[in-house]
Amino acid sequence: MDTGYMLVGILVMSAVTYLIRALPIALVRRRLQSRFLLSLLYYLPYGVLSAMIFPAVFTCTGNVLAAAIGTGTAILLSFFFPNLLLVAIVAVLAVLVAM
Amino acid sequence: MMSSQLSFQRGVRDGLPIGLGYLSVSIALGITAASKGMPLWGAALFSMISMTGTGSLVGINLLAIGGGLIEMILAVAVINARYMLMSLSLTQKLPEDMPMWKRLLIAFGNTDEVFAVASTQTRPLSFPYMMGLILLPVIGWTGGTIIGEAAGNFFTGSLIAAMNIAIYAMYIAIIVPGARKSAAILLVVLLAAGLSCLLTFLPMVHLGSGWIIIIAGVAASAVGALLFPRKEDA
Repeated sequence: MDTGYMLVGILVMSAVTYLIRALPIALVRRRLQSRFLLSLLYYLPYGVLSAMIFPAVFTCTGNVLAAAIGTGTAILLSFFFPNLLLVAIVAVLAVLVAM
Repeated sequence: MMSSQLSFQRGVRDGLPIGLGYLSVSIALGITAASKGMPLWGAALFSMISMTGTGSLVGINLLAIGGGLIEMILAVAVINARYMLMSLSLTQKLPEDMPMWKRLLIAFGNTDEVFAVASTQTRPLSFPYMMGLILLPVIGWTGGTIIGEAAGNFFTGSLIAAMNIAIYAMYIAIIVPGARKSAAILLVVLLAAGLSCLLTFLPMVHLGSGWIIIIAGVAASAVGALLFPRKEDA
């Protein structure tokens, strides 16, 4: 991998990612008044995360059955112990065992 | 009023599970980077200045095949466009008079998990809390990339494959408690999952996964907002 090319690529892609994150935080200070928009933004993390999980989670380990078992384990565990790290570790172990 | 502010220490505590989760995901990223011929310092730099899982993975692949700059910009923009919505949402929870430099620092660390943890706080977000929350994820993301690049041979194939589920398990741990206490959130979660699967598997739809996430996530949230608008004070 050519060093100059790699460096330019890394810097450009990082700048794009940063600008996407920074522009709304830097420029929008006013509180939104629209009840619809506020509600939409409230539900957004749940909607986006759910769309990111499904269906990608089933193909992420290269073994659909093991991934499904890991997903089921994570959902069940989150119901009673919603601790991010605990759920992540147990899900990985569940996939390992199922593979 | 000071006592009700979220502290730096509280942020670090909330960021610990995110940082450790990132560690496992970025080890896989580092292993991939090494296998594509990316030097350790390049992968470490990339991870340090841009915390974006899917974006980094696609970026490294594009660099490996000699992709053009326009291609890189478009790919990263589409994959990461959702952060624009997350930042727009997060800025609603920051004090209106927060100085620009603090806002610019917070924006750097607004990843999916940081955003999800920050936006589900009931108290107003403070600058120290956000810095504490971001600290360990940055260290975990960069450190994991370095570990993966340097020590990739120590990880067996099945462990690497299994570790890929860690990030999704974290997403699940974030959305399940919300969906459990609110039927509206449960509806949004199920709708988004269904739409995302539909758009992925329908043969006549040809959309990148970045677009699918945005369309499914926004459409499901809009339905939630129409059917279950939040109270003015919430």
